[in-house]
Amino acid sequence: MRALFAGLGLLVAALWLASLLTGPAGIAPAEAIAALVRGGEGPVPIVMTEIRLPRALLGLAVGAGLGLSGAAMQGYLRNPLAEPGLIGVSGMAALGAVIAIQTGLALSAPLALPVAALTGAALGVGLLVALAGPRGGSVTLILAGVAISALAGAGTALVLNLSPNPYAANEIVFWLMGSLADRSMQHLWLALPPMLSGAALIVSAGRGLDALTLGEGAAAAMGVSPAGLRWRLVAGVALIVGPATAVAGAIGFVGLVVPHLLRSRVGARPSALLPAAAMGGAALLLAADIAVRLILPERDLKLGVLTAIVGAPLFLHLIWKTRSGGRV
Amino acid sequence: MLLGAAMLAGPALAEAPPQGAATPRRVVSMNLCTDQIAMLLAAPGQLVSVSDLARNPRMSAMADEARGFAANHGRAEEIYLLRPDLVIAGAFASGPTVALLRRLGLRVEVLEPAESIAAIRAEIVHVGALLGRHEAAADLLARFDRGVARSARREDRGRAALYYANGFTSGRDTLAGEILAQAGYRNIAADYGIATTTHLPMELLVMAQPDRLITGARWPGQSRGEALLEHPALARAAPRLAEVTDRDWVCGTPFILRAIEALR
Repeated sequence: MRALFAGLGLLVAALWLASLLTGPAGIAPAEAIAALVRGGEGPVPIVMTEIRLPRALLGLAVGAGLGLSGAAMQGYLRNPLAEPGLIGVSGMAALGAVIAIQTGLALSAPLALPVAALTGAALGVGLLVALAGPRGGSVTLILAGVAISALAGAGTALVLNLSPNPYAANEIVFWLMGSLADRSMQHLWLALPPMLSGAALIVSAGRGLDALTLGEGAAAAMGVSPAGLRWRLVAGVALIVGPATAVAGAIGFVGLVVPHLLRSRVGARPSALLPAAAMGGAALLLAADIAVRLILPERDLKLGVLTAIVGAPLFLHLIWKTRSGGRV
Repeated sequence: MLLGAAMLAGPALAEAPPQGAATPRRVVSMNLCTDQIAMLLAAPGQLVSVSDLARNPRMSAMADEARGFAANHGRAEEIYLLRPDLVIAGAFASGPTVALLRRLGLRVEVLEPAESIAAIRAEIVHVGALLGRHEAAADLLARFDRGVARSARREDRGRAALYYANGFTSGRDTLAGEILAQAGYRNIAADYGIATTTHLPMELLVMAQPDRLITGARWPGQSRGEALLEHPALARAAPRLAEVTDRDWVCGTPFILRAIEALR
């Protein structure tokens, strides 16, 4: 397992570097790194420090956050289909962010944006946990997820269509599909602190999730408080998914694909899957963000398009497996 | 400003009302840009209705004048009920609406947007002919030509970048590009072979090192597309105060002379 973590670490570092070196300006790698380290005047340092660095750092943070939240939700709900983007948690976060932006709250207080988004995410994940619970039933989870996603998407579209701004309605695509294009360090500083505290909460719940694999009764007998575990999970996921969605839009499938690929490699132990899924999520999102810049550099192809192309077939495969396994 | 006032005086210098069967008596314009040319040229009482956008001071250089006409919203039903004998539409008008109006027996003239000074001159002559207002058109054209000659500058004012919401820029074949060139700026869009309005990655804008940044006007409400214009990289790359494109930039009308003047 040590080899797995070392390999993932190397992969993330290589992709992060590749993300810094990818862009339409075509700056030579040596010049790019020199400008990033030494700074200075001129266009190259501005491109590296103000445009590419925040993009690469956000890709790292958002990807890791989505992978971690996916692994945590799957561990708690004991269902491989649970994923923040698919079951409406990201959608609710987007709705919160859009409301904060359109009411002008986000302008009057900078923290209003991440707070509104994490409130939306908390509502979404809280509703799901209340409805589906840790018993692993797929039907309730999927039905609740479909309803919450639809409601959040409709609410977001409604708010943007009511806006007096002619550009607002076009932004429905961003909120549904996500993008890291042209974000700045301000976005990173807005999102990173809550995301780190959310990650700390989720990692602290790792042992509780391990115990839960033996069943609710066994977990309670081992001293895991169900209410405490639930609280940590809801707060942790909301703290990560809310701010991540507020700055990067709703990016689906990362939290589904990554835990699925890594679960068997860590012996299906949730506490070990959590850090592995965080690293894998960062690698997947960085790779997707490099790909959108290489495939259609001028068109700002949305990140969620790529993750959905990879993730949706896997999602169908998982549904097929849970169906034929008779556990519905 | 004086220039604008002089042009607005045009329709007030009333000639005799148009005579003859070929001259339309009830004209409806359903496009923001043709609205303004028509208001500049029409005889009193000849123009019945202009689009509702013409009343919007953010988009229309003649918002006050437009209040003197009934507003239409580009819908076939309301336009038909105005009983026009000539409908002037822009090329962006909804195809089914124009087709329906023609099927109802109305004369609909569709005008291309004027994206250059030459096209504005042609549009003035064309609308003047449609309205049977050849003298008014010749008069407006002469004043426009004098303004263009006055605004032309030989000196180089440096490199400028146009940057709008969602990271769009305009090249030389657009009205904004023409305004920029006429004011004596070199457009950085040419560096990347951009002649029309298209997306320009912010990295490339920064690498072009413009002396001056000209951004789009802000609308009420918020949008991510416009928030892009507050990106710190833009402030660092082009520290000179950004000029804002406004209603004088929207349409190919003689009012672009005010936009050129404002760039000095």
